[in-house]
Amino acid sequence: MISRRDFLQASMAASAIVGASGFGNWGRLAAQQSLSQSDLLQFDTFGNVSLIHITDIHAQLKPIWFREPEINLGVGSNKGHVPHITGADFRKLYGIADGSASHYALSYDDFAALGQAYGQMGGMDRVATVVNSIRAERPDALLLDGGDTWHGSYTCYHTEGQDVVNIMNLLKPDAMTFHWEFTLGSDRVRDIVNNLPFAALGQNIFDAEWDEPAEDFAPYKFFERGGVKIAVIGQAFPYMPIANPGWMFPEYSFGIRDQRMQEMVDEVRAQGAELVVCLSHNGFDVDKKMAERVTGIDVILSGHTHDALPEPVLVGETIIVASGSNGKFVSRVDLDMRDGRMMGFRHKLIPIFSDVIAPDADVAAAIDAERAPFLDDLTEVIGKTADDTLLYRRGNFNGSWDDLICEALIEERDADISLSPGVRWGPSIMPGQDITREDIWNVTSMTYPNAYRTEMTGEFIHTIMEDVADNLFNTDPYYQQGGDMVRVGGMGYRIDVSKPIGERISDLTLLRTGEAIDPSKTYVVAGWASVNEGTEGPPIWDVVENHIRNKGTVSVAPNTSVTVAGA
Amino acid sequence: MKLTRRHTLMLAAGSAVAALLPMRAAAAAEEAIAAFTGGADVGSEGITLTAPEIAENGNTVPISVSAPGAEAIIIIAAGNPEPGVATFNFGPLAAAQAGSTRIRLAGTQDVVAIARMPDGSFVQASREVKVTIGGCGG
Repeated sequence: MISRRDFLQASMAASAIVGASGFGNWGRLAAQQSLSQSDLLQFDTFGNVSLIHITDIHAQLKPIWFREPEINLGVGSNKGHVPHITGADFRKLYGIADGSASHYALSYDDFAALGQAYGQMGGMDRVATVVNSIRAERPDALLLDGGDTWHGSYTCYHTEGQDVVNIMNLLKPDAMTFHWEFTLGSDRVRDIVNNLPFAALGQNIFDAEWDEPAEDFAPYKFFERGGVKIAVIGQAFPYMPIANPGWMFPEYSFGIRDQRMQEMVDEVRAQGAELVVCLSHNGFDVDKKMAERVTGIDVILSGHTHDALPEPVLVGETIIVASGSNGKFVSRVDLDMRDGRMMGFRHKLIPIFSDVIAPDADVAAAIDAERAPFLDDLTEVIGKTADDTLLYRRGNFNGSWDDLICEALIEERDADISLSPGVRWGPSIMPGQDITREDIWNVTSMTYPNAYRTEMTGEFIHTIMEDVADNLFNTDPYYQQGGDMVRVGGMGYRIDVSKPIGERISDLTLLRTGEAIDPSKTYVVAGWASVNEGTEGPPIWDVVENHIRNKGTVSVAPNTSVTVAGA
Repeated sequence: MKLTRRHTLMLAAGSAVAALLPMRAAAAAEEAIAAFTGGADVGSEGITLTAPEIAENGNTVPISVSAPGAEAIIIIAAGNPEPGVATFNFGPLAAAQAGSTRIRLAGTQDVVAIARMPDGSFVQASREVKVTIGGCGG
């Protein structure tokens, strides 16, 4: 008899070779540039359970441009493994033809040119069409939202998340977990969660005072689908009070808590769960490590690090599915559950090409209704990009969007050096495109936006850089918080990602003068997104809007101020 | 406008800035361990130390330790100026040999728990707890 492990490996191999995952077919079709909705949705329904995963939408209800990272370095045992493979290497690994739709959707190069051919991606009305199509084939498919949903846009900020909540409710998710949602403040989160028509899960959300599981969030929920008893266990972002302002949700404590994850898996198994799914906002490398340490999870639906992988990654007997961000992708996973075991799976990362997939009319109307009260503000044109400038953010060290934000901070706030957080959300802007107020908010919207101006010694700047670098390049994934390196304006540096904390960052240089940063000298630093309560300064979106308005047409030269070694 | 250093980016706790480099077992910690074990060999089975990988607040870090059958357990914060945290002594009627408390950590360091078993042997568990200034989430 074939063991489950053999079956999974055989299934993985088959999917890589003949496209049983659906991905191979997609690649071939894309090479012919013959995209159609039925091709994108084509899936031979398999087994008896379907999971639909979407994550890290960041309030992007409308289609967007979103360039994937050029630089996404892995360290330690994750060096050279997905998701730390980009560009041509990524395409080679998955057999993606150059110039194909999947090249455009999943890798970074030639983004502006390919974007003209393949159009924008995402849009919750298109996602609704995909979800409805899957439910037409498998009516009891589970829709699971990995979080970072109620954050990241002008309308989301002004409605405190309500616009996204209303739209997502139309899609009828079955469960959700959380990260940026908590930056709405814990009162507002509880307001929404208490009225959610689906499960709000997080086995690692604790009461900070008593260090006991928080009452407002269940660790798991049972579903009976296709005659299979399914337990979905939630895993919220582990480092919420460290990476985001803890003072906004002081009642809660998080952490990875993989020992409790094991207890929850054992508990649901003892209650008869045949299929155990973890809906996770750990980030991909953390999920891989957790899958090594916790036994009995069949599927981890992975969010937070915004990776889009055409095939699941197998760790032991657990498959890990990564579904991208910003509404660009939806993952469908069909499972063959028999005799209380997962006997096989079929998977497809469905790209949401917004010009190919028809919007669901009801959801499209609802999105427009949410936007209507704000439409004049949203659509006001502030400036435009030059024909040589693509604005993007994703990548470990700098993106042109952040270079522009850093430039705005230095010029508008009269600073020597500027710092911008290494977040992974924020859509791209094509060359020669109008920049609207909505576009600016899409890369800046948050509930702690104040652009501070302060003085720091060279030594302290170095300390910050080392600390953030260790959150990204610590060789133990459990010590990684999942963002990218802090973006720096006005200062160059060298980083050796293979070194330990304290030894990675060197050659700090003030670009204005070309002089080395003096540890004992004081510099004026402007930045935003401080996690500290009471930070003062204008909101970052005003700073950026003023800057773009003054410039009219913005051009961002390639950033050569960061030298990377040890990769 | 000038902000104080306290208000600046990603500065969660003043104490965190003072020492970013991991503080390994200092001489004082080694002394405390030697005083408890008398220099005996220390095993690693039969003791579980639970601590966060990254402290949410370095001023109050929840930890718990369990060593079934132990007579006594000491907790050491190896990088603190005063490394001794707690000693739990268990009488013969104790239902469980486990304890939990919250400790203050001066920076990233190893937290060590050592249990003395009834046969006079010792077992040890150690966890690195990172104290970070944080502030840049994905």
